[in-house]
Amino acid sequence: MDEPQLVAFEFDRVAVRRGDRRVLDEVTAQIPAAGITVISGPSGAGKTTLLRLCNRLEVPDEGTVRYRGRPLDKLDPLALRRRVGMVFQRPTPFPGTVAGNLAVAHPDAGPEEMSAALKRVALDPVLLAQEARTLSGGELQRMCLARTLVTQPETLLLDEPTSALDAQPKQVFETTARELAAQGITIIWVTHDGAQAGRVADRIYQLRDGRLTPAAGEARP
Amino acid sequence: MNDTVSWAGLAVSLLLVAAAAGISWWQRLGLQRQILIAAIRALVQLLLVGAALTLVISPGQSIWWSWLWVAAMLGYAATVARRRAPEVPHLLTLALASFTAAAVVTLGVLFGLHVFPLTGRTLVPIAGMMVGNSMTATVLAGRRLTDELRDKRDEVEARLALGQPARLAATPYVRASLRAALTPQIETTKATGLVFLPGAMTGLILAGAAPLQAVLVQAVVMFLVLAATATTTTVIALGLIRRLFTPDHRLVYLPAPADR
Repeated sequence: MDEPQLVAFEFDRVAVRRGDRRVLDEVTAQIPAAGITVISGPSGAGKTTLLRLCNRLEVPDEGTVRYRGRPLDKLDPLALRRRVGMVFQRPTPFPGTVAGNLAVAHPDAGPEEMSAALKRVALDPVLLAQEARTLSGGELQRMCLARTLVTQPETLLLDEPTSALDAQPKQVFETTARELAAQGITIIWVTHDGAQAGRVADRIYQLRDGRLTPAAGEARP
Repeated sequence: MNDTVSWAGLAVSLLLVAAAAGISWWQRLGLQRQILIAAIRALVQLLLVGAALTLVISPGQSIWWSWLWVAAMLGYAATVARRRAPEVPHLLTLALASFTAAAVVTLGVLFGLHVFPLTGRTLVPIAGMMVGNSMTATVLAGRRLTDELRDKRDEVEARLALGQPARLAATPYVRASLRAALTPQIETTKATGLVFLPGAMTGLILAGAAPLQAVLVQAVVMFLVLAATATTTTVIALGLIRRLFTPDHRLVYLPAPADR
């Protein structure tokens, strides 16, 4: 018999409204902690909203989101966000160097810790002294991932992180994410790219018409 | 106070308004009507204020009337700020709080430390200078901060997502908006006396005061305005941060100018 899977996030009748429109409509689902869970679905299906609920950049109008069994509104939002890191669709470099960017996430991080974070995302530590905004798109997105990793998160929320990248940097990002998952980090990856979902996912959920359902037989072999 | 303007002199000065209107007519700007209305409106407003001030600050009148005048001025200034920047949320209460804070600081120093004697004749004009001159900076700070947080929402939320508390995540944008709002006042202060002769000093000299005395008063007024601008903009910025972020450190929805 299979071991019961540890649940990272649990959505219990979660609804989000924008004016009259229901972006999410009574979403009830569990997202396991192990590996990479891809959430796919058409544009405007509410994928980003669902992800933003997970680190409380948004709160639901109805229902409850639980993280590892505890309702999010019972957790300190700042502590939650350090446990549940997020990488956004567009890279969001802060003004200053790469080291300065990492220091925003972890002001006490020393050079060794910062170098290690860059290596985890396949970036050369010499980039630490470079102005963040001079990096290429692929490097910039991996720097944002490294910046999130210095807070030592258990879970990563990736919101279409490679949508603006070419094939090669996209592949590097995917490999990096697989390695992080293998190190035990829970990853929830939002994408509308079906091929990418097939390459990276341990399981795929479809978000359609405001409802989240497991999609069978599409995940990585 | 000898070189006062007579009613006849005032009437003659209307020639200047006619000149402005004439230029508008000559260049076909179509602004003649507006120039006339503005001039008449300003004159009527000034005469009314003059009459009211004569009552409020006449010798023997209770100082409380002057304080009441100051309070009304603060309230009115807050409504003007609100009108000038309707896109800034909660600006009415924030502007009222910021003008009040600036009044406490500046009037506290000037009257508490006896730079000026506390009378209606000093209190009302000084409070007027304070509010009038810090208004633009107040509106600028509020508007700039709201724009920054809306336009750089991704960056702000990236900071929040790293676990930064709202106050810390907003710090770079608060600094940028305070710098933008304070710099013009600092530049004006630097150029005073070289590039232009400011209003208070000009008024005193025209009214017959010794130039050195006029300079001293003007210097105090400039410092008053500097302190007032710094105080009002900071109160506005910190107050806005409390309202644009929720207690659980989320940035509220800020509509784009086109959506308003």
